[in-house]
Amino acid sequence: MPTTAPTANALADVTASDSTLRRFLHGLPGVDAVGLEARAASLGTRSIKTTAKAYAIDLAISMVDLTTLEGADTPGKVRALGAKAVLPDPTDRTAPATAAVCVYPDMVAVAKQAVAGSGVKVASVATAFPAGRAALEVKLADVRDAVAAGADEVDMVIDRGAFLAGKYLKVYDEIVAVKEACGGAARLKVIFETGELSTYDNIRRASWLGMLAGADFIKTSTGKVAVNATPANTLLMLEAVRDFRAQTGVQVGVKPAGGIRTSKDAIKFLVLVNETVGEDWLDNHWFRFGASSLLNDLLMQRQKLATGRYSGPDYVTVD
Amino acid sequence: MSDKTHKAHKAHKASRAQKAGGTHEAAADVEAVPAVTGDGTAPAAGAGPRVTVLKTYKLYVGGKFPRSESGRVYEVTDSEGNWLANAPRASRKDARDAVVAARKAFGGWSGATAYNRGQVLYRVAEMLEGRRHQFVREVADAEGLSEARAAGVVDATIDRWVWYAGWTDKIAQVTGGANPVAGPYFNLSSPEPTGVVAVLAPQESSFLGLVSVLAPVIATGNTAVLVASERAPLPALSLAEVLATSDVPGGVVNVLSGGTAELAAPLAAHQDVNAIDLAGADEQLAKELEVAAADNLKRVLRPQPVDYFATPGTDRMTAFLETKTVWHPTGSLGASGSSY
Repeated sequence: MPTTAPTANALADVTASDSTLRRFLHGLPGVDAVGLEARAASLGTRSIKTTAKAYAIDLAISMVDLTTLEGADTPGKVRALGAKAVLPDPTDRTAPATAAVCVYPDMVAVAKQAVAGSGVKVASVATAFPAGRAALEVKLADVRDAVAAGADEVDMVIDRGAFLAGKYLKVYDEIVAVKEACGGAARLKVIFETGELSTYDNIRRASWLGMLAGADFIKTSTGKVAVNATPANTLLMLEAVRDFRAQTGVQVGVKPAGGIRTSKDAIKFLVLVNETVGEDWLDNHWFRFGASSLLNDLLMQRQKLATGRYSGPDYVTVD
Repeated sequence: MSDKTHKAHKAHKASRAQKAGGTHEAAADVEAVPAVTGDGTAPAAGAGPRVTVLKTYKLYVGGKFPRSESGRVYEVTDSEGNWLANAPRASRKDARDAVVAARKAFGGWSGATAYNRGQVLYRVAEMLEGRRHQFVREVADAEGLSEARAAGVVDATIDRWVWYAGWTDKIAQVTGGANPVAGPYFNLSSPEPTGVVAVLAPQESSFLGLVSVLAPVIATGNTAVLVASERAPLPALSLAEVLATSDVPGGVVNVLSGGTAELAAPLAAHQDVNAIDLAGADEQLAKELEVAAADNLKRVLRPQPVDYFATPGTDRMTAFLETKTVWHPTGSLGASGSSY
């Protein structure tokens, strides 16, 4: 952090022009990559057992954004996913519902119907997901479409090309415009695609940029590239939201997405949350997992805790 | 290949003759070290005694050789109580990982053509033949046999493997077929692999018995989680090295060593294990495991007295096969009344 903590007012100034924004983002302290990875790895060695494990598994289930983002998505598949989000384990009604289902904009109406009355939210990716290579007008139309169909949350991708070219204000303006298009109706998750940002410094800058622009959530990745959520990049983003709240009083959520497949991984992320930002974020309003296969593993682990016998994929749905 | 085997053989004989202490793993290197005299008895003056390189035996899970997740090992001794090596003492989590690996491998292995499976298993026999001397030594140590008798056991084992390799594309003709039915249908039965099979290897016959229970399971397209003989696990752990260097896909066979009772309990209760062979369990343990296995209706093969030297018959293969029967209309019969 800069040694002299800027006030909220000072943060308002940094977005005044391209140069002030660049000066601010490049003024953020550099990331100690070795230290960051070591810290993330050491927190990953915590042993979470018995009752704590049961709590963590249920918490993780309630934080899942159950996702299907395939070209082959059909209304039937989305309805099945919605049913699973509402009642993840039909053999055990004590299993909590997931936080949301996450679909493409044209499937929002179907998803909305599938989870109606359950409290499960519908999230929609938008802004020419996953590449984000489209004109701003197209992206905004995409967002409005999703919101009009009833999306409770919008997952946008930033323009990585502009970000890497140093056009921070362009990225900023785009997020602001999308936020505006969401209106008050939908919470905005901003996807950085950390696997394409190439350095930890860039991830820290993108996190601050997103939060300055009004993101409700910052999200690691689309799940469509080789490197997705890792403990290290999630830890870095958790530090960013912690520092952002310390400076502005505004709390922002975090969503690692892609590559989290096992309960063990999920619990490691929950340890990161607890140790970095604390209990305030241990709630599905502030922390989410973007995942599809993770839920089945969580359910199998839950069954193991309940019965004492290892479960198998025959006892969860195929999706 | 044959040259190297020959070398190892000579060096091995030398080290047996002198009854030198320690393991024999270094035997193959003996001739390559100039400081050692031709018969391998003593190093040349000035050079210190060579420190033998001990082998760390490991588990075999999903095509990899991990240590036990628990970090535990136990001492393996020969029949006279002399220390041979430390073997990993696998935990129930290793068993769980092995089941996951076996499940993952099942689709590919059961979907491979029977002919292809036969080729792959024959390749294993080829690799076993190349390591014959290592296995003779390990079996002799494990079971207290003379070298000649151990060689007989190993030969029988390799032949057993070839025997089962030959069965892969023949078992369907023997146990399946076209059934006569009272209607215009083709009615065809074919044997299908059961799935993931937990195999408790026989306690006494550490190699021939092991292969006699393992080979039929994988020959028919199942994948296996093998619990090696508790007292004599080394031949099983070395067999894993052979499997890894032949064409058997990782995960088709997973080898665990450790307490049979400790590992068998979670495997018998595991919801994702489809069958269990209790060959290595005593009567009391077998009973408990059978009860645990009932929960997800596992197929259970009870322990029975077996002469592993005798030609086995198809029982161990059919024990882990399920019959799939397909009805298919023959279509309308021709005006001439012709039928199929």
